Amino acid sequence: MSLTPADVKKIAHLARLTMSEDEVAHSAKQLSNILELVAQMNQADTAHIDPVANPLDLSQRLRTDAVTEPNQRDKFQKIAPEVQDGLYLVPKVIEDGQ
Amino acid sequence: MHYKTIAELTTELNAKKISSVELTQFYLERIKRFNKQLNCLITITEEQALNAAKHADEARAKGQAGRLTGIPLVQKDIFCTDGIKTSCGSKMLDNYISPYNATVVEKLNAAGTVLLGKANMDEFAMGSSNENSYYGPVKNPWDLERVPGGSSGGSAAAVAANLTPVATGTDTGGSIRQPCALTGISGIKPTYGRVSRYGMIAFASSLDQGGPMARTAEDLALVLEAMAGFDERDSTSVDEPVPDYTKTLNDSLTGLRIGLPKEFFDAGLDSDMEKAIQAAIKEYEKLGATFHEIHLPNSGLSIPAYYVLAPAECSSNLARYDGVRFGYRCNDPADLEDLYKRSRSEAFGNEVKRRIMIGTYALSAGYYDAYYLKAQKIRGLIRQDFTEAFKKVDVILGPTTPTPAFKLGEKADDPISMYLSDIYTIAVNLAGLPGMSIPAGFVKGLPVGMQLIGNLFAEARLLNVAHSYQKVTDWHTKIPEGF
Amino acid sequence: MEWEVVIGLEVHTQLLTKSKIFSGASIAFGADPNTQACAVDLGFPGVLPVLNREVVNMAIKLGLGINAQIAKRSIFARKNYFYPDLPKGYQISQYELPVVGGGFLDITLEDGSTKRIQITRAHLEEDAGKSLHEDFHGQTGIDLNRAGTPLLEIVSEPDMRSAKEAVAYLKALHSLVVYLGVCDGNMQEGSFRCDANVSVRRKGAPLGTRTELKNINSFRFVERAINYEVERQITLIESGGKVVQETRLYDPNKNETRSMRSKEEAHDYRYFPDPDLLPLIITDEEIEQVRANLPELPQQKRQRFMDQFGLSIYDATVLVSTREMANYFESVVKESGDQPKLAANWIMGELSAALNKDNLEITDSPVSAAELGKLILRIADNTISGKIAKTIFEAMWNKEGDVDSIIEKHGLKQVTDTGAIEALVDKIIAANPQQLADYRAGKEKLFGFFVGQAMKESGGKMNPQQLNEILKKKLQG
Repeated sequence: MSLTPADVKKIAHLARLTMSEDEVAHSAKQLSNILELVAQMNQADTAHIDPVANPLDLSQRLRTDAVTEPNQRDKFQKIAPEVQDGLYLVPKVIEDGQ
Repeated sequence: MHYKTIAELTTELNAKKISSVELTQFYLERIKRFNKQLNCLITITEEQALNAAKHADEARAKGQAGRLTGIPLVQKDIFCTDGIKTSCGSKMLDNYISPYNATVVEKLNAAGTVLLGKANMDEFAMGSSNENSYYGPVKNPWDLERVPGGSSGGSAAAVAANLTPVATGTDTGGSIRQPCALTGISGIKPTYGRVSRYGMIAFASSLDQGGPMARTAEDLALVLEAMAGFDERDSTSVDEPVPDYTKTLNDSLTGLRIGLPKEFFDAGLDSDMEKAIQAAIKEYEKLGATFHEIHLPNSGLSIPAYYVLAPAECSSNLARYDGVRFGYRCNDPADLEDLYKRSRSEAFGNEVKRRIMIGTYALSAGYYDAYYLKAQKIRGLIRQDFTEAFKKVDVILGPTTPTPAFKLGEKADDPISMYLSDIYTIAVNLAGLPGMSIPAGFVKGLPVGMQLIGNLFAEARLLNVAHSYQKVTDWHTKIPEGF
Repeated sequence: MEWEVVIGLEVHTQLLTKSKIFSGASIAFGADPNTQACAVDLGFPGVLPVLNREVVNMAIKLGLGINAQIAKRSIFARKNYFYPDLPKGYQISQYELPVVGGGFLDITLEDGSTKRIQITRAHLEEDAGKSLHEDFHGQTGIDLNRAGTPLLEIVSEPDMRSAKEAVAYLKALHSLVVYLGVCDGNMQEGSFRCDANVSVRRKGAPLGTRTELKNINSFRFVERAINYEVERQITLIESGGKVVQETRLYDPNKNETRSMRSKEEAHDYRYFPDPDLLPLIITDEEIEQVRANLPELPQQKRQRFMDQFGLSIYDATVLVSTREMANYFESVVKESGDQPKLAANWIMGELSAALNKDNLEITDSPVSAAELGKLILRIADNTISGKIAKTIFEAMWNKEGDVDSIIEKHGLKQVTDTGAIEALVDKIIAANPQQLADYRAGKEKLFGFFVGQAMKESGGKMNPQQLNEILKKKLQG
């Protein structure tokens, strides 16, 4: 499976990464190599086996519905890049329809 | 003093030959002396350590000391430590002071251990050489021009150079076992779900497991007991009682059936390494074990499957690093897109970006079945191989790595070559099984590691098999020159 | 040129739990920003989700309420996209295997007929935080209190054919979730949110392109938004244009829908099962336990009211619209010595008017169900007339006392003694000879005059039926 620079740009955008044109070209080659490695999977006959998500085949445990977390806003926001009046600040988001 | 095991140190502490404070100062001195050279610690928590040591001495004086009270320890910088920088080896978290403790950290603190510092590691646990760290590569104490392995390279080097008696590591595709093999120490990756992942920064959620790295199997038994256990904060944590792993360390190996996977003794294995493993096999035969050839026919697919599953999960796990609530934020973002793209691109290293890209691709529209789903099915095949094998044998043995430690920079431009160094370890993570690596010899002066694989929740058995070997050999006592 | 409208609705209901779906933070509305966002909600490195038991119970309740299959095994999946109110960069939702499968809801239309609306599925997911665009010097403020609030998304088949049907469905669903106690149905606070998928087609033609309408937070807006959009699409097609598949925001001030430019690119959400969560297994026993504890559902109750109390479908529908009103009604019926029609009239009439005037909920009514029942009992046993009862009701509303003490205090007992009525009528007739003569000469309208005089003289306390009878007899002579 060979990735084109256009493919790489699309993936980079989905992952919110930027790349220079050189990086895109280099990445396309490297990723294509990895995908070749990965293509070895096609050698396997997996028609009769179920996919395994968790190695232990257990089921989800449920917790009691209770408020157990106190307000720790000050502690948590001390490490935030930008906050004001208790809110996290980001560049203005042009909301839909505005 | 620094060559002593935890078990020995506890004896010294109990006999009042040395205090925890003195012991801690002793290790801190060694760290000051050697860390620049090895670059194995990102953060040294001197004040914290001396405080904890003082409390340990007080507890001991009151007769309240446990088996780990006052024992110094290093945490891989992937475990969140409240109020202490937790970088995960990345520029993205270079400024991150964790606001909470990982469960493993809580447990080890409660057991009375003394935190010396946070160990260097491959960025976000992605790597097999510790050359992917924002903080620079870690050097192997056995040869400073060679890698210690990864991603828990800092932890391994710190233990191997006797800067700490024990360190924690994490293992997703071999990141505890492989560095242990390359640095001549012992380590164990427990069964998936045995140790809580809460506060252990996620790389590949269905594969990650935390575990101890130390000089001996006995030390591992002591520390694993403190680390393991059910955690209600982790949905994948298993509610199984934790046994006293030291109780069964000396059980006889008579009648033990050990499997040798045909696929692990292939052309890729260095011939000198194979000789070392064969010598180990002889030792086990003397101890009463019998050997049987087994097959893991699908193990060759473990690398392709892993390099779909792990990147896919990590591409999603690392989406939270966006410069909004913590961590690195780029300067003067023009808009939201710019904030995301520049913060992430400026702060993630190349290997991390590579895996995020592969993972994003594998999950993207139209490719899910061919990649992710297919990899999950191969996982099923690999698990089946082990299930079949464990019908015939109790434990599986083989080399941990195909070659000893390689030179710094040797594989840096060849990601795939780097990936292939995990060829014997990855299948174990895919199957969720426990695996160990212990020293089994030397090749051209470099350590050789032997891997032991057990069935689900067979940690006690593995530690017993490892300990038995360490009673009749002395590879695990060797010290690199100058340390 | 017959046009057909095709509507499907997606409703997000916030579940009435104490804590979030995957963490132990509170979901109470109105807290200061980010004071209810714990480490798990903030997506700090290393945190993990654990599922809230009550969320599962509520999903089962809702599933049973819409006659759906409850999945014995369902999976949580990650929906991956970047947005500042989504801390982890993915939303934990359900994709291929939702907890609730296909079901249905029967709705009653204005003409009294019923229609069955199929429901495709309902799944659990976590809510995102909120973005505040008020002036932060060119920046947007993010509040993550809401992040992690449990949602049940209920998706209908595109079975509705008019805005009115859509509203009927929404009202029925709203009533159901409130009855079940799984959601408080507060549309202003955003705990019951509706998105509408609307398309048009010529009768017999294949389905047209649909648009998704968002930001409709009242039943009235739903109707107006859909009607506007239908008009817009028909006009567009008739003038040669094509409907674009897009998301449109409803503006209630201008009563129009507008395209959301930012959503033009299709999202690739890269769904995959969340590896931090295990499959949710629900047993038959658990389902039966929930079923056994279900309250009587609105549609069942309504049918029972019609059968048991002989109420019309309209009256029954109004009386079951909330559990509180239905309970109030049944208490009144009991206390009134079984007078359902009077009870219905009084509740839908005098009581509702008084509650609206004073802006009260029925649970805060100054007149309890027992007291109203007693009042109706006194009407039924002829102690007082219906007219006088209204005065007494007002006095009770103002907390003057109970029925009997008010009747006693003001001497409001209805006069039913025939002799007394006859005496009074004689008196009135004697006092108005001219009118008597006029009446007997043919001015039948004067009957009302005599009734009025009798009422005035007696202070309204004559039993109306008896008065009419006796007056008629005596007037005729």
